[in-house]
Amino acid sequence: MSDDEISGALVEERVKALRRDAEAGGYILNPDEDFVRKLARGICINEKRYGYPSCPCRLAFGRREEDRDIICPCDYRDPDLEEFGACYCALYVSPAVAQGKAPLVPVPERRPPRSARKSMGAQAGGVKGLPLPVWRCRVCGYLCARETPPLVCPVCKASKDRFERFM
Amino acid sequence: MQMVRVSGRHRGDIRLYALSTCGWCAKTKELLNTLGVEYSYVFVDLLPQEELEGALSEVEKYNPAGSFPTLVIDGSRVIVGFREAEIREVLK
Ligand code: SF4
Repeated sequence: MSDDEISGALVEERVKALRRDAEAGGYILNPDEDFVRKLARGICINEKRYGYPSCPCRLAFGRREEDRDIICPCDYRDPDLEEFGACYCALYVSPAVAQGKAPLVPVPERRPPRSARKSMGAQAGGVKGLPLPVWRCRVCGYLCARETPPLVCPVCKASKDRFERFM
Repeated sequence: MQMVRVSGRHRGDIRLYALSTCGWCAKTKELLNTLGVEYSYVFVDLLPQEELEGALSEVEKYNPAGSFPTLVIDGSRVIVGFREAEIREVLK
C-alpha cells in the first residue's frame, strides 16, 4: 500500500471531522493548521494501513486489541491535556496553549512501554449486589450501567471496544 | 535494518528513529536538515512487518518507552522527542 493513495480531499474531510468532533466535545485543535493537516493525513494513512485510525505519532502493529488504547483520540489525550496542555501529538491543545498563554512543550510518552502493556486490560472484578455491570469509556470517562457497553460512546463516539468494566 | 544516509557536516554518528506519520518526527528531521549535519534515519512504521519487532527493540535499548522520535548521538547521548533547544545545543 502506498501512502500516496491518500488524497488531499480525504485529508480535508478528516480535518473537518476532527474539528467538528472537537468542537462538539469541548476540545480544541492545534491552531497550526498545517500541522493539524499533517497529523490528519497520518491518521488517514494509519486507518488505511492498519484498519483503524491509530495515533500518527506512535508505532502500531496492526493488531487492534493491542493498539486499542492508541486509536485516536487515544486513552492518554485527556490526562496529557490536563498535565502538559497538549496531547502527545499536539493535535489537541488546551485553551491556554491555543491562546498562546502557555507554551507548547514536548509531551513525554504516557503509554506504558511494550513490556508493561502485556498485563494491561485486566478488568475490575465487579461489585457484588449491583443489578447491572458498570462500563467506563476509556477515552472520555462516560459511565453507564447495562449488560454490555454501547456500540459507540454517546458522548465521545469511541467504539465499544474502548470500554472497560468499571464496577 | 536499512537506514537512509543524509550527508552533511560530520558531528558524530547521528541516528534518528522516526515514524513517517508523526509531526514531531518530521520537525526533528527538518531541524537536522537545517543544521546541516550528517545523519541516518529510518521510518520504523514503513519497515516490513518482520523487521518491526527488531527495530522497536533497538529503539527500546536507547529509550525504554519505545517512542518516536528517538535521536541517538554516538550511541550514547539520547534525545527523545522534538527537544529543539537540546538538539541545537548538542549539534552546534
Ligand atoms: S496523541 Fe492521542 S489524541 Fe493526540 S493525535 Fe495521537 S492518538 Fe490522537
